[in-house]
Amino acid sequence: MAKTEIKKTDSEYDKLVKQASPDSPIIKNCIKAFISGGIICCIGQFLINILAAYGLVTEERNMAVSVILIGIASLLTGLGWYSKIGKFAGAGSVVPITGFSNSVTAPAVEFKKEGFVLGLGAKIFTVAGPVILYGTLASIFVGIIYYFVR
Amino acid sequence: MALKVGLTSVKFEKGISIKSVSSAAGTMEGEGPLGGYIDILVNDNLYGKKTWEKAEAEFVKKAVETAVGKACLGFGDIDYILAGDLQNQSAASCYGIKDFGLPFFGLYGACSTFGEGLALGSILIDSGCGKNVVCEASSHFSAAEKQFRFPNELGNQRPRTSTWTVTGAGAAVLSEGGDTPCITGITTGRIVDLGITDANNMGAAMAPAAADVILSHFKDFGTDANSYDRIFTGDLGSVGSGLLTELLSEKGCDITRQHRDCGMLIYDTEKQDVHAGGSGCACSAVTFSMIYKKLLKGEYNKILFIPTGALMNPTSVAQGENIMGICHLIMIERRS
Repeated sequence: MAKTEIKKTDSEYDKLVKQASPDSPIIKNCIKAFISGGIICCIGQFLINILAAYGLVTEERNMAVSVILIGIASLLTGLGWYSKIGKFAGAGSVVPITGFSNSVTAPAVEFKKEGFVLGLGAKIFTVAGPVILYGTLASIFVGIIYYFVR
Repeated sequence: MALKVGLTSVKFEKGISIKSVSSAAGTMEGEGPLGGYIDILVNDNLYGKKTWEKAEAEFVKKAVETAVGKACLGFGDIDYILAGDLQNQSAASCYGIKDFGLPFFGLYGACSTFGEGLALGSILIDSGCGKNVVCEASSHFSAAEKQFRFPNELGNQRPRTSTWTVTGAGAAVLSEGGDTPCITGITTGRIVDLGITDANNMGAAMAPAAADVILSHFKDFGTDANSYDRIFTGDLGSVGSGLLTELLSEKGCDITRQHRDCGMLIYDTEKQDVHAGGSGCACSAVTFSMIYKKLLKGEYNKILFIPTGALMNPTSVAQGENIMGICHLIMIERRS
């Protein structure tokens, strides 16, 4: 034990810290996330309906809606608005595809200052990288299981 | 001549003059309660530069120039500059002061750097190595977020225990001779590790180190909280301040009447969206402008100034290491 004036074990202090640290307002955050995430999904559905009216088939319009939402979120990130939306919405704007777009654009904007190769290029997936890697691995795994049990 | 007192303290019999103090800070700090005490307020956190890092260097440059100017000195009169910040390899300090041509000691004490600078500066002057020494520390919200956490534009929520890194820089010129107000003692902090791993709860990581340095100081100098008009900690924030009170009360020590935290003074924690308060090297360094002015006016006669630091290395934390705390205590007195 180090020779300091504070003689406390880590676990004793951990209890103190837990008491002293305010919890995130989970219920309030859940309601906000539900509403804002719902709005983003409604926008998606609205776009699907419009594209359907223009005669796009299901697969085409699903892809088109994803592209549009990703484009909008990326633009909002560049304008500095998505972080403000995210502060209010929390998981509501992280979970939809717009959140994924934000997690790729935000490092791109941030690290562009270190150049297009070593900055933007090298760091663009610092946040989204784990999602891409483990998402791909999980889909391979599920695909293998599906192949054998269908 | 300096006198070693107790285990971790030094007493300067003659006192080390704080000749001038300066600060430069950004938009949120200007809108905060201490806006009126800050010398240079810049309503652009990029300071007209292309990157956050360059902007921080500009804050450093302006704070140092202002401090030297206010002391009615030229750069030729300065023997040493002690500076540090949160950027890797103390980049903001190095780029900010490179044109001054001053002998430079780069410091790293996380957010306690300004205290470390004042302590070492006092020792340099007391030992006769220099007549005038500049101490400086800086931080930048966006540069710190980028380096330690996430890209600024990432749309996530910050936990309530998190603090807001102050954008700006603070500097002081220390000189020989016991003009008022002066540094009359220092207590050097020890690294205290009580197993904190949450990078969003720096107050909890630093509170034990603050408690340790305060108790050590009281023991070494034979004083207690009532010996001081104010005890300023650096950037514990609301969570860390509560923990400090708790840790000290367990030792039978009550500082609540004298204690103020720079992190809770620099922002209006009710109106400004900073969660637990301000943090960063600049938090205590910029707030020091207010403390210094109140010392000059005679509102305080004897204070303790304790910049607090969390030694957080993202790589080490990712490897499962704890976040350790360090604090440096500076005793400042008005002498009539």
